[in-house]
Amino acid sequence: MRATGLDLASKRVLLADGEEVEFDRLLITTGARARPWPHPGEAALDGMFVLRGRDDADGLRRRLAAGPRRVLVIGAGFTGSEVASSCRGLGLPVTVAERGPAPLVGALGRTVGAVAADLHRDHGVDLRCDVTVTALEGDRAGRLRRAHLSDGTSLDVDVAVAALGGVRNVEWLVDSGLAAGPWGVACDTGSRAFTVDGMVCDDVFVAGDVARFPHPLYDFQFLALEHWSNAVAQGEIAAHNMISPQTERWPHLAVPSFWSTQFGIEIKSVGVPTFADEVVIAQGSVADRRFIAVYGCRGRVTAAVAFDQGKWLDFYQGLIERAAPFPPDFRRVDQPAARTMPAEIPDRPALVREATVMVTGHDPSARRARFVQAGR
Amino acid sequence: MAMAPVSVFDQVLDHSNRADPYPLYAELRRTPVSRADDGGFVVSTYAEIVALLHDPRLSSDPRNRSDREALAPDGATGPLPPSFIALDPPEHDRIRRLLTRHFGPPHNPDRVIRLLPEITEITGGLVDGLAGRDQVDLVDGFAYPLPVTVICRLLGVPREDEPRFRVWAGAVVEATDPATGDLATRRDRRTRALAELGEYLGGLADAHRRDPGDDILSGLATDAAADARGRLSRGELMINTALLLIAGHETTVNLIANGMLALLRHPDVAHRLARQPDLASRVVEEVLRHDPPVQFLGNRGALDEIEIAGTVIPRGAPVTLALAAGNRDPAHVADPDRFDPDRRYIEHLGFGGGVHYCFGAPLARIEAQIALTELVRRLRNPRLVADPPPYRPSPLLRGPRQLLVAVDGVAPAPPPPGGVRRAGDRSGVRPRPAAVRSTASR
Ligand code: HEM
Repeated sequence: MRATGLDLASKRVLLADGEEVEFDRLLITTGARARPWPHPGEAALDGMFVLRGRDDADGLRRRLAAGPRRVLVIGAGFTGSEVASSCRGLGLPVTVAERGPAPLVGALGRTVGAVAADLHRDHGVDLRCDVTVTALEGDRAGRLRRAHLSDGTSLDVDVAVAALGGVRNVEWLVDSGLAAGPWGVACDTGSRAFTVDGMVCDDVFVAGDVARFPHPLYDFQFLALEHWSNAVAQGEIAAHNMISPQTERWPHLAVPSFWSTQFGIEIKSVGVPTFADEVVIAQGSVADRRFIAVYGCRGRVTAAVAFDQGKWLDFYQGLIERAAPFPPDFRRVDQPAARTMPAEIPDRPALVREATVMVTGHDPSARRARFVQAGR
Repeated sequence: MAMAPVSVFDQVLDHSNRADPYPLYAELRRTPVSRADDGGFVVSTYAEIVALLHDPRLSSDPRNRSDREALAPDGATGPLPPSFIALDPPEHDRIRRLLTRHFGPPHNPDRVIRLLPEITEITGGLVDGLAGRDQVDLVDGFAYPLPVTVICRLLGVPREDEPRFRVWAGAVVEATDPATGDLATRRDRRTRALAELGEYLGGLADAHRRDPGDDILSGLATDAAADARGRLSRGELMINTALLLIAGHETTVNLIANGMLALLRHPDVAHRLARQPDLASRVVEEVLRHDPPVQFLGNRGALDEIEIAGTVIPRGAPVTLALAAGNRDPAHVADPDRFDPDRRYIEHLGFGGGVHYCFGAPLARIEAQIALTELVRRLRNPRLVADPPPYRPSPLLRGPRQLLVAVDGVAPAPPPPGGVRRAGDRSGVRPRPAAVRSTASR
């Protein structure tokens, strides 16, 4: 049963069938879904896929097994890159269209993203960067046939995968008074949800893909971490805090981490690579596709990304936790003659401005924040 | 004569403490980073060992240590290059990757599983061989021949040659015992034995190239152009297959013997294991924690100053990681001296950690699980004749030299529970993994 609303005052969740469920404590874990291809007619074409759940994977696998002429992957984030990698593993021709300058730029920055671009090309992917898909064309039976790209070319494709990231499932919270919007549901490190005023709720908790929390290691910036390890760790914190008295609650301070296997390489990350101004190859060799890139921000280590060198990452996590000086200045195994490079982190892609906040009132007792809903 | 005070770690090395070094390890842990008599640093607490196993400032290459002159004068390592256990990345990673092609995923994911029927058969045969006596030595009669036969099969070494390589392997293991001579003497003996063993294996590889079989030597010998990132040179093939041969049995013999010793001391666990083969994985992991076959790693050196647990290890200092001490760190595991396969998590350092994490761990685990299960199911009323048993001299690769057990007979091979055993169906003794985590393997 879908939840359709939340009434904070009476502590009730409203359900789609009209029922209401009362709660003492509430945990919001509504997660995220795949961002759909924005043109509904094109999104409905037979051969168009998104990849999020098991059904998506099953459907895509069946279609790939049938041997399409060419697969188009739209977006070279982790999902898109892994799809491209799997398709090449199956021997299928693949084109990847990425609107940014390189694969994985949003997660790893342009400098390391350039290595990911080489991986794609080494494995025979037709990678097009700074390119968008302008139109998808179907035949009379509604089957995907052609794609038109912003570089002026068009391709014959039978399968396209829109890998455009996630949309957080917050619509049901629109009128709840919680700080819920395209960014997710804001909460403190103890997983307690914020109201739109930025005040913490004692009885409403948030965890997983839908949560956004301030991380002390990263200037208290609010982070939304759509990774498996975060969902596990934050879920544990939320569960503990829901059943513990105020003074015994725990903060969620885990150093973020994730991994991805693509083109035979295991990419692992600790910290927040986008929270960086510089990057240096600390161990190994980019040419050999086995290295550790360490990221720094204002002279402190903030992240490390390993390509097939994951066994060292616990050490670098320690450096992040201790805010160790960047660049690392100690002698170590497999140390290349390396210089620091700009990390080239792109500006955060602007969230779709579905909602903004305005503050009203002058008297402290009357001052309130409110969402300005687009189209209302 | 005034006696110099002997460090706790040097007492561990002393033969008289071989049967039970654990009280000494407990004492050692009181100083997480201590000094040995030779000036090296000894690390004995779990968290610190795990941290150092993943610390790129620690090298496994003896050429980076301040005592390198004694280890290898003028940088000489004998006629053969160093094996990959004594190299750092990138050379270490390159060799390990080339060897892994013939031993595990991604190129050979089912290599160890393919050996299962054979391991089961060899084990069954060895237990059959124990029949007809009321007292058996489980080391010479079982724990030693099992891993030797398996590693010979895996490498492509004729089993009949065992008396030849036993001498070389024995010399290499003996050289880990400081009581057998000073560093230079032991180094020379070790180098000579490894060179002869390597020569022997190089000859075998040549023979296999002409007539290859389903084994690692054949695979390496015919690995025309393994991949763009190179192949093993002849010297590398010789020294690294020598390492596989030695590491493949001189450790597993102790795992099986230490395991059987624990089961004889805890008959309740043995009885449960006999009925419940699923327990095998937990038993083996707990043996690796409680009484690990490799007691410490003495082959590390600091590339730079390392501050750990309030101590500064200077650049070049030799560092020993006392795995057996870390495994019983009360800050890591509750009631650490108790042998308890039922503990919620069994996390141990038995196979090391980081990039040098044991190459043969999947094989060693399967061998020990099958071996212990078969023994407890078939030995009738086994009793330890001498407790503690006599130990082999090495403090590093530590285990009983002899494990005399009185028995009321040997049961015939039982059918697997719940069905008739078909050819190739070994589910009766095939262990299933239990909820065992190993943080150090990451
Ligand atoms: C009970 C059995 C075993 C134990 C307790 C054991 C333990 C260990 C330990 C602690 C290390 C780490 C060494 C270091 O960090 O310097 C290691 C490495 C190694 N082991 Fe084992 N081992 C066992 C069985 C085997 C077997 C069966 C094989 C071969 C098939 C094997 C081959 C190796 C190799 C080649 C290395 C070096 C790996 C590297 O440097 O990357 N071991 N083992």
